[in-house]
Amino acid sequence: MSDEQITIEVDGKSLKANKGQMLIEITDANDIYVPRFCYHKKLTVAANCRMCLVEVEKAPKPLPACATPVMDGMKVKTRSRLAVDAQKSIMEFLLINHPLDCPICDQGGECELQDLAMGYGGDVSRYQEKKRVVKDKNIGPLIQTDLTRCIHCTRCVRFGEEVAGLREMGATGRGENMEIGTYIEKSVSSEMSGNIIDLCPVGALTSKPFRYSARTWELVQKNGIAPHDSVGSNIHIHIKGDRVKRVAPADNEAINEVWLSDRDRFSYEGIYSDDRLQVPMLKEDGAWKEVDWETALDVVKQKLTDTIDSQGADQVGVLASPSSTVEELYLLQKLARALKVNNIDSRLRQVDFSDQDAVSQFPWLGQSIAAFETLQSAFLIGSNVRKEQPIINHRIRKAALKGASVMMLNPVDYDFNYPVAAKSIVAPEKMPIELAAVLKALIESSGQAIDAQVKECIDNVSVTDAHKAIASKLSESENSIVLLGNIATAHPQFSILRTLAGLIAKYSQSKLGYLSEAANSSGAWLAGAVPHRLAGGTQSSAAGLDANTMLQSKLKAYVLLGVEPELDCWDSHAARTALNEAELVVSLTAFRSEEIESYADVMLPISVFAETSGTFINNAGDSQGFTGVVPPLGEARPAWKLLRVLGNVFGLDGFEYQSSADVYAEFKQASANIKTENMDQWQALAAIATESSGLQRITEIPMNMIDSICRRAVSLQKTNDVSDGALHINTALADKTNLTDASDAKVEQDGRTVTLKVVIDDRVADDCVLIQAAHPAQLELGASFGSVRIAKA
Amino acid sequence: MTETAKTILTDHTRSEIDVWLKKYPEDRKQSAVLAALREAQHQNHGYLTTELMDAVADYLGMSNIAVYEVASFYSMFETQPVGRHSISVCTNISCLLMGSDDIVERVEKKLGIKTGESTADGKFYIKCEEECLAACCGGPMMMIDHKYYENLTPEKVDEILDSLD
Repeated sequence: MSDEQITIEVDGKSLKANKGQMLIEITDANDIYVPRFCYHKKLTVAANCRMCLVEVEKAPKPLPACATPVMDGMKVKTRSRLAVDAQKSIMEFLLINHPLDCPICDQGGECELQDLAMGYGGDVSRYQEKKRVVKDKNIGPLIQTDLTRCIHCTRCVRFGEEVAGLREMGATGRGENMEIGTYIEKSVSSEMSGNIIDLCPVGALTSKPFRYSARTWELVQKNGIAPHDSVGSNIHIHIKGDRVKRVAPADNEAINEVWLSDRDRFSYEGIYSDDRLQVPMLKEDGAWKEVDWETALDVVKQKLTDTIDSQGADQVGVLASPSSTVEELYLLQKLARALKVNNIDSRLRQVDFSDQDAVSQFPWLGQSIAAFETLQSAFLIGSNVRKEQPIINHRIRKAALKGASVMMLNPVDYDFNYPVAAKSIVAPEKMPIELAAVLKALIESSGQAIDAQVKECIDNVSVTDAHKAIASKLSESENSIVLLGNIATAHPQFSILRTLAGLIAKYSQSKLGYLSEAANSSGAWLAGAVPHRLAGGTQSSAAGLDANTMLQSKLKAYVLLGVEPELDCWDSHAARTALNEAELVVSLTAFRSEEIESYADVMLPISVFAETSGTFINNAGDSQGFTGVVPPLGEARPAWKLLRVLGNVFGLDGFEYQSSADVYAEFKQASANIKTENMDQWQALAAIATESSGLQRITEIPMNMIDSICRRAVSLQKTNDVSDGALHINTALADKTNLTDASDAKVEQDGRTVTLKVVIDDRVADDCVLIQAAHPAQLELGASFGSVRIAKA
Repeated sequence: MTETAKTILTDHTRSEIDVWLKKYPEDRKQSAVLAALREAQHQNHGYLTTELMDAVADYLGMSNIAVYEVASFYSMFETQPVGRHSISVCTNISCLLMGSDDIVERVEKKLGIKTGESTADGKFYIKCEEECLAACCGGPMMMIDHKYYENLTPEKVDEILDSLD
C-alpha cells in the first residue's frame, strides 16, 4: 500500500483512498456496509465466502470487495441490482448446508449469518436434498464445536497461522466433504485460542463454559478491564440479571487491538466458585462462625489495636495482591500507615529488594504497548512473555515476523510462536554471568568508556560468539529494548540482573522495560503499597519490611488483601509457617479455603473484578478506570468500601469518601509527579558470583495459576497451563540421578523433603529442576529459587 | 528435523524426498509435500498414518495440520488402513462401453469384497470410483499399484490377481 491518494466513487459518493487498499477497507471506513463472512480486518484476505460481491463499473462480473484493490476513478455500486443479486445467490449457497437450528444455537442473536439471512436470504429454500452433517470434535475445555454449522470462512484457520502462530485448525477433505477441524482429536493449546469464538461468524465455534447458559439478547454488555496481566486488556462483560455470563474483548488499538488472552476471557468462572466467601466470619475457639459486618469490623479493630498496643505496630504485616485496584491499595496503605504500620507490600513473588530505594517510581514497560510492533530487536531476560503477557507477546511476534531479532536469556527453554534469534538457557545462578558477558561484548565491540567499578566486576567473564551476537543485534538496531520478565523479578539476584540489564540498555542505546506480573503491579507502586514509598512514589521516612522479610520474620499479626500467601508468595513454606504461628490474621478475601481457614482469625468477604469500581494502572502506565457491573455475591463488599469503613471504625481522619472516584482523585493528587522513566535508576554493580552451588530450583507460575480467581476458574483449570506439581528435569540430569525411569522423586530443600512425580522435560536448563508454583504437592518446599537435592523415591 | 522424522521415515524414503527437495528453493520445502506423502505412503504399503504424516510435517518444517489438509484432499492418498495392492478399475465412458462393469464384477467376486473395501488378509484394496485413467485405446483397463493392465477380460483379471503376491 502506498501513500498515494486517489479518489473512488461508491454508491455515488466520492471517497478518498490510498492506492492499493482493498475496497472493503474504504467502505468500512466510510460506514458503507458490505456484507461479509471471511473478511476480517486483522487477518489476511481469503476471499472465499464471496459474500462481499459488489458491482464495479467496467468489470464484467461482480467483484469481491475484500480482494479488489481500489483504483483511481473506480465506480462501485454496493446496492445495485447486480450486486444484491450476487449477494443473494451467495447467501442461498451458504444456506444449502447450514442447519436451521438457530433456536438451539448459542450464536443465535449475534450471528452474522443469521443477520445477513434476514437481509439477503430467501423465505424458502429451493434446496430439497439432504444437508451435510459433520461430526463434532472435542478441541478442549474452552471452545465448543458444532461444525455442521460451519460455512468454511477459514477465519479460525487464518487466526492460527497469522495471530496465534500455531496452526492447529485446518480444512481437511475436499468438496462437500471439506471440514474445518484439527483432524486428529486434540485440544487447541494457544493461549489466545478463545479469540476464534469471536472470529467465527456462525455458531460453529462457541464458548464451552458459556454454552446454553443464556440467550445473547438477554445479556447486557458493560465495559471493564481485564484483571490478570499487566496489559489491562479492554473487555466487555456480558451480564444477565446480576451474574457475569461471559467476557469478550473490547476494541482498543493501543492496547489489546481486538484480541483477548484465554485467561482474561474465561477467568470469570472463578467469580462463582463454591469457595466464594459470602459473609464475614470469625474464628472462635477454633470454630468458624458467621457474623454481621459490624461485629466483624469491631473485632478487627479491637484485635488489631490490642496487637499494636502490646506488640508494637512493627509486629503487623500487610500483604496485598497486586491485582487489587489502585483505590483499594491506596486506602490499605493509608489505613496501615495511619496506624503506624509500615510493613506493607504487594511484591509478593520477589525476594531481592536490595535496590528498591534506587529504582524508578514504578516498573514501567519502557514504551507503549503498541510500540512493540516496531521494535527491531528485543532482549528478554527471565520471561515467558507468551504465557505471562500474551498480548505483549503478540506485538513482539508481529515485530519478529517483520524481521526483528528477539533474544532470550531464560532458565527454561520456553516455546515461542516466532523465530528466536538467539537464546541462552542457563541455571538461574548463571544468569548474571551471562548478562555480564553480553555487557562485556558490547563494551569491547563499541570501545565505549565504562565505569572502573563495572569494568572490574565484568573483567573475568568470558565472552562467546553467542554473547557477541546478542550485543551486536542490540547495538545495531535503532529501536531496541531490554526487558526484565516475571522470572527475573523473582530471581534471588534481581538487583544485579536489573543493573546489568540497565547497563546493557545504556551501552546499546536500547530502552529498558519491565514485564510485570499482575494487572496492577505498576499501580501498586504508585498507590504506595510498597514499604519504602508513599503514594505517588515519594520516599517514606519510615520504611517497613518487604513482603518476604515480613513472612520470614514471623510477625505477630498479618492483614491480607486478596492474597493466599501460601500460593502467591515467593516462599510458600515461610508464608504458611508465619501465618499459622501468628496471633492474628485478618484476611480480606473473596474466597475461603482450608488453608485460609486454618490460619485466619477473621475473614472479611470482598468483591472481585466486575463487582467493584476502581482503576488499574498497566505496565505502560495507562490508568484505566472501570465500574462495578454486578452486585457482589452475598454480603461481600468492594474492598475500597470495606477499607473506608475500617478507617471510620478506627476513628481515623480522612476516610470520608463517597465513591471510589473520590479515592482516585486523592491518589491522583498525591501522584502528580509521576514520571515514566527507567534508565539510570539502578544501583552500583556488585561482584558477580561465578561459582556454582549445585542443583538449582526454578519456579514458574503457570498462566492459569496466577491469582485466586484463575485458580478457581473451572474451565481454565482443565487446560494445560496449570501446575502439575511435578519435578521437571532434563534427560541429562535424569541420567545422572538415575531418575530416567522413576515415577517419583524425593526433593529436599532447606531440610524439608517432599515426594514429587518426575517429568522429563528437556526445556529445563542443565543442573536445574523446574517446579510449578501454587500446587499443594510442593508448598512444603518453600523458596522459589535456591539449592535442592533430588533422589529416587 | 527431529528424531521423530528420522525414526519413522526410512532412509530410503528420506533420500527419495531429498531428490524432490532439491528441485525447490531452500525456504520452500513444503513444495515437496505431495512427493513426500507419496513416498511415505509407499513405505507403509499403501496408506498413511497420523505418525507418518507428522513425520513428513516435521521433515519439511510444516505444521501437522497443513499436511493433514493435503493428504485428505487428494484421492491418491489413503488415510485409513487399506490392502497393500491398490486396484483401480476404470469405469469411465470408453471402458464402460468396452465392458468395464463385468471387470468390476469379476474383481469384486474374486476377492469377495465390494469397491472401496480391502480383503481381510490385507492383500487387496479396490479403490472407489476412479475417473478416466487415460488409456482409452486399451479399455477396459485397470491400474494395480501404478501399473496399467489393458484389454481386460474376466479371465485375464483372474490371471493378473493370482500372479500378485
